[in-house]
Amino acid sequence: MFTSSLGKKYLMALTGLVLIGFVFVHMAGNLQVFAGQAQINSYAHSLQSLPWFVLWGSRLFLLASIMIHAWTAYSLIVENRKARPNKNDVEVTKRAGWSSLRMGLTGTIILAFVVFHLLHFTIRSIYPEYAEMTTTVGSPAGEEIHDAFSMIIAGFKHEFISVFYVVAMFLLCRHLAHGFSSVFQSLGLRSEAWEKKLNLVSFAYAWLIFAGFSVVPLSVLIQKHGIFQFYDPSFFSS
Amino acid sequence: MNLTLKVWRQSGPKDSGQFETHLIEEVSEDSSFLEMMDQLNEQLLENGIEPIAFDHDCREGICGMCSLTINGFAHGPEDSTTTCQLHMRKFNDGDIITIEPFRARAFPVVRDLVVDRSSFDKIIQAGGFISARTGSAPDGNAIPIPKEDADKAMDAAACIGCGACVASCKNASAMLFTSAKAGHLNLLPQGQAEKDARVLNMVKTMDESGFGNCRNYGECSAACPKDISLDYIAKLNRDHAKAKIKNLFS
Repeated sequence: MFTSSLGKKYLMALTGLVLIGFVFVHMAGNLQVFAGQAQINSYAHSLQSLPWFVLWGSRLFLLASIMIHAWTAYSLIVENRKARPNKNDVEVTKRAGWSSLRMGLTGTIILAFVVFHLLHFTIRSIYPEYAEMTTTVGSPAGEEIHDAFSMIIAGFKHEFISVFYVVAMFLLCRHLAHGFSSVFQSLGLRSEAWEKKLNLVSFAYAWLIFAGFSVVPLSVLIQKHGIFQFYDPSFFSS
Repeated sequence: MNLTLKVWRQSGPKDSGQFETHLIEEVSEDSSFLEMMDQLNEQLLENGIEPIAFDHDCREGICGMCSLTINGFAHGPEDSTTTCQLHMRKFNDGDIITIEPFRARAFPVVRDLVVDRSSFDKIIQAGGFISARTGSAPDGNAIPIPKEDADKAMDAAACIGCGACVASCKNASAMLFTSAKAGHLNLLPQGQAEKDARVLNMVKTMDESGFGNCRNYGECSAACPKDISLDYIAKLNRDHAKAKIKNLFS
């Protein structure tokens, strides 16, 4: 099923579709930071307290999707280079856009970002003190839970890190702009009649994801520099 | 008009090849690109230089024999045009024009600008036909086919098999050609019986011939002299997935 050239494209499309869905859920979760410390902490706590098989099942499913997506992409690129060993003296394009020609580049940087992001906020090995942040705010039973809100504010106060996050989200936006509509093309679920609509949805989705993710680090930086107040100022006093 | 031509020369399949520059004078604006090449070859012959080999046949834009990558574009920069139908009025006096063969591992260079496109024939031999005996040509309307299906099949059948899709693809993918050839038969009632086998065998042969993978750039369709749509690639993807799934249960 997945050994032919078309089969590999089905794998790219199916794993891509999983990741397209994941980034939306992740973004919707993040935006709860604007509803305050209690809301985001209780949401984070509810995810962490899912039954272990649901939590680890989802994590492994996502990890497998990323690995299959990246590995298949790599093997396709190797095959494609072999198929066109001699370049033209003049390399030009008529229709292909920046995003479609650089899926490998944007994908590789996004993969590096994902590794950094997991070390930063999930495994917390870059700043081990994030693991010590606990509070009762947002806790359902009043016990001490992880303080996701304080971690987010502390994490995005670093300019370099926030800028890296926003740049990575811009590259994700470019990756999605081509990837979203390509899912439907590769699976054959597209016709001339709704090609334009599909491209429009793809374009809008890519920018929605960019805006939804980038607004969090940007809001922290904006408040840090005293331009606008989004959050309780006591988190910015130190 | 006077032009500078940077032309690819390669003595045979094993030669590594290089560019050669020639000046050509008094080219008529009304001549086609291939007539300009003829003029260049006459000039080379007069100077005792081996003429440049290039493919051509009907010179009417319907046979699919002419090729050439002109200034990086398969069949030149004009849309919906074969090299033989490209006219010199589209260029300016004093232009430097780069002329290369269609480049792909599956299209090895035979000599100069001539490439071997027989891997396309292998794809056709793998399923681009209907094996049932149909007798002599039936009456026009003896087999009822909805107008819309007939139109779509005809648009796919317009493919002349020139290989511009492969040459313009950064990955040298033959998806547009294969999808047009499979699609035109898969859309018609006569093609239904062998539809699954056709799609599976043609894709298998395409992969084995050393073509690259489709990355949905759309360059192939933009370069196609017959404007074959990417819809046929979507249809091939769909038909192939259906055939694979059916195979799981058979």
